[in-house]
Order: sequence, then C-alpha cells, then structure tokens
Amino acid sequence: MKKYILSFFLIFSFLGYSLYERKNVSKQYITRPKRTQQTSARSVMPTATAGSGKTPLQNTDNNQLTITQTSPMYKDGSYTGDVADAFYGNIQVQAMFQNGKIIDIQFLQYPNDSQTSTEINTRAIPSLKQEAIQAQSAQVDIVSGATQSSQAFIQSLQSALKKAKNS
Amino acid sequence: MKQLRHLMGMLITVEVVDTKVCVSDINDVFSYFISIDNRFSTYKQTSEISQINKGFLTEAFYSREMTQVFTLCEKTKQETLGYFDIFHEGKYDPSGLVKGYAINNAAELLRKRSYKNFYIEAGGDIQTSGVNYKGNPWTVGIRSPFNLNENVKILSVTDKGVATSGTYMRGPHIYSPKYEGKLRDIVSVTVIGPNIYDADRFATAVFAMGYKGIFFLENQAGFEGYMIDKKGTATYTSNFPAYIAHI
Repeated sequence: MKKYILSFFLIFSFLGYSLYERKNVSKQYITRPKRTQQTSARSVMPTATAGSGKTPLQNTDNNQLTITQTSPMYKDGSYTGDVADAFYGNIQVQAMFQNGKIIDIQFLQYPNDSQTSTEINTRAIPSLKQEAIQAQSAQVDIVSGATQSSQAFIQSLQSALKKAKNS
Repeated sequence: MKQLRHLMGMLITVEVVDTKVCVSDINDVFSYFISIDNRFSTYKQTSEISQINKGFLTEAFYSREMTQVFTLCEKTKQETLGYFDIFHEGKYDPSGLVKGYAINNAAELLRKRSYKNFYIEAGGDIQTSGVNYKGNPWTVGIRSPFNLNENVKILSVTDKGVATSGTYMRGPHIYSPKYEGKLRDIVSVTVIGPNIYDADRFATAVFAMGYKGIFFLENQAGFEGYMIDKKGTATYTSNFPAYIAHI
C-alpha cells in the first residue's frame, strides 16, 4: 500500500512540477506583419545567443516569431542577435536576461532607420526647403485637407507604429 | 453643374464646367461611389470587404474588382517599402487606396463621356481636369492643420491629383510618445501626382513614413509634396513651387 502511495505522490509531484515549468515559457516577444501573399523567398532566421545556451527564434506558420526557453537558465546580461534580412530591411535585436528570463528587447537595427535603404535616404540628396506656413486670404475653387475617414488615418499611424514595433 | 453628397463617410463634390453635362451623368458618378462603398466599406456588415474580414469569403471567390484592388495594394506596398499596408490586427482595410482609385475611375467615367473641364473631390482628395469657369487652372487650397477655416497654400493645378493625409481631424490622442521622435510630429502631408489614384496611395504611405516621407516623394518622378509638422514648419519637394498659384 505504501508503495502505491509513494508512487502516486512522485507521479503527481512530477506532473505538478512539469505544469509549473510550462507556465514559465516566455510568450512571444517579436511579431512580424502578416503578408497577403508570399512575396519573398528570403528566410528570416535571427538567433539570439544567451550565454551558454542558444535561444532559437522559431518561425511558426503564421509568421510569428516566438522565443522559447529551451534550457532553464540564461546568464544575466545583454545579448546581441544576428542581423536578419527582413522584407523591408535589416533587423537586429538585443535581448536582456535576468534571473533566467528575458526582461527586455532592444532593436539595434530596424528598417525605419536602415542605412542601407536607398529609397528613403536623407543624406543622398540635398536638404529640402522649409518655410513657416502662412494663412492665405485668396478664394479657392477647392480645398484639400485631411478629412478622410478615421480608418485610413489609423491605418497610416498604425503602420508606422507597427513598423517600429515589428521591425 | 455641381452636386454634393454625403457618401462613404465623407462629403463628395462633383463639378462639371462643360455645358453639355446632364444630371444623369452626375448621378452616374455618385452611383459608382455608392457601389464602391457597398463593396469596400468596413463599416458595412454586408460589404464584400466585411465578408472577407469575417472569413466568409476566400480569395478564389473575390469579385474581379476586389482582386484588382488587392493586387494594387500589394504593388503599392512594395513600391513604398512596406509603409503602405492594408492588413492590420487581423483585418484588411484598403481604404487608403480605394478612395483615390474610386475618384480616379469616376473621373474616367466623365472623360469617356467627353467632359474635359471638371473636378471630383471626396474627403479632401481631388482629381482636376481642364479649367474652371473662368478658364483658369483649378485653384486648390491646402487646409491649415491648425485652423480648419484657413488655407496655408494655394495651388494652381490642371489634370492632376491632389491628396492630403493628416492627423488633425482625429486628434492626437493616438500618438505614442515612444515613436513621436521617429514620426517627427508630422500633422499633414499633401501630395500632387499625375492622378488622384497615385497621389492618394502615396499620401497614405508617405504620412506613415514620418519626416522621411518627403524625401521619398522627392525621389519619385512626377510627384511633389508639402509636409507640415506640428510646429507649423512646412518642408516641400524641389518642384513643388511650380504649382503655387500666383494671384
């Protein structure tokens, strides 16, 4: 009888410990925008090394990158990931670990400010002219202003936020 | 002949100078906008775009027009380095392209009926054709982001599209302080392009690029831009002054 009790105790303890450990798996930290169709054959496989153990960023089906802790402890400190080729430019992340968990991620490179971008390169062309806006009194036939729907505005702003967030 | 209607969540104005124009022509233009609204409005539960977003319609069953618009959106996304993107938080919203696309098609409808002097304006986006009643290029004011009753620039345009993207109509409460520096607090950008379809889709993307957007426009042949920041400083592309009205 005692053997059974001991066995069950061990089994449930182990189950309990496994469930407890599962809860500590990190949630996703990085997401990439979903594409409407497959436009690029480039693979994105950034890796962030963490002291003794490698933390692979797994590319799951719906283009979300998930960081999972494959080993229980990571050394405290900051770790710089490889430069990854994303659709719009380069991505490079720096992950900070404390007490075995990721506590922060910094973007060292993201397409917004990529120096390799030749399209939006503010240094390649001379500075553009500027002026203070001034009210004009003359009558006009038509007026152009941002009276568009909130959807479009939110779209504009969100795409900028998403670029900064997801790059 | 001039008519205004409230459609697609905004005011749409159609004005045709040519004397041959009939009420039925203007009505046909508005009917077209209604059909666009019925297909693309994310506010209408019965629209095709809403069916797509609810998962009731798959790509193989999109209408021809929807397929065409999605293709144009993807093309625009590539041309703007991803800054134009209709997919957000699990839903598609192509309105950043559809408005200019619709105005452009409506203008084409009038041209096919041999009308040469007109403009169509929808929610601040404009396609001009020919001249006004005085025989001069249409004058277009750029609305001040700080005083909606004032214009800060007056343009003189013929056969061009003028689109303005901005934040002031919806308030700054969506700003995220972390990204303000990157967006450089741009409140308005006006794009002049060869047609309103191109001007509108670029205006959407350029606004999302923040301050760098004006440099993107500088690099696009055939496009000029006027970008205003929250301090009231405007930055403009090098050939923009060619469109300023001298009156």
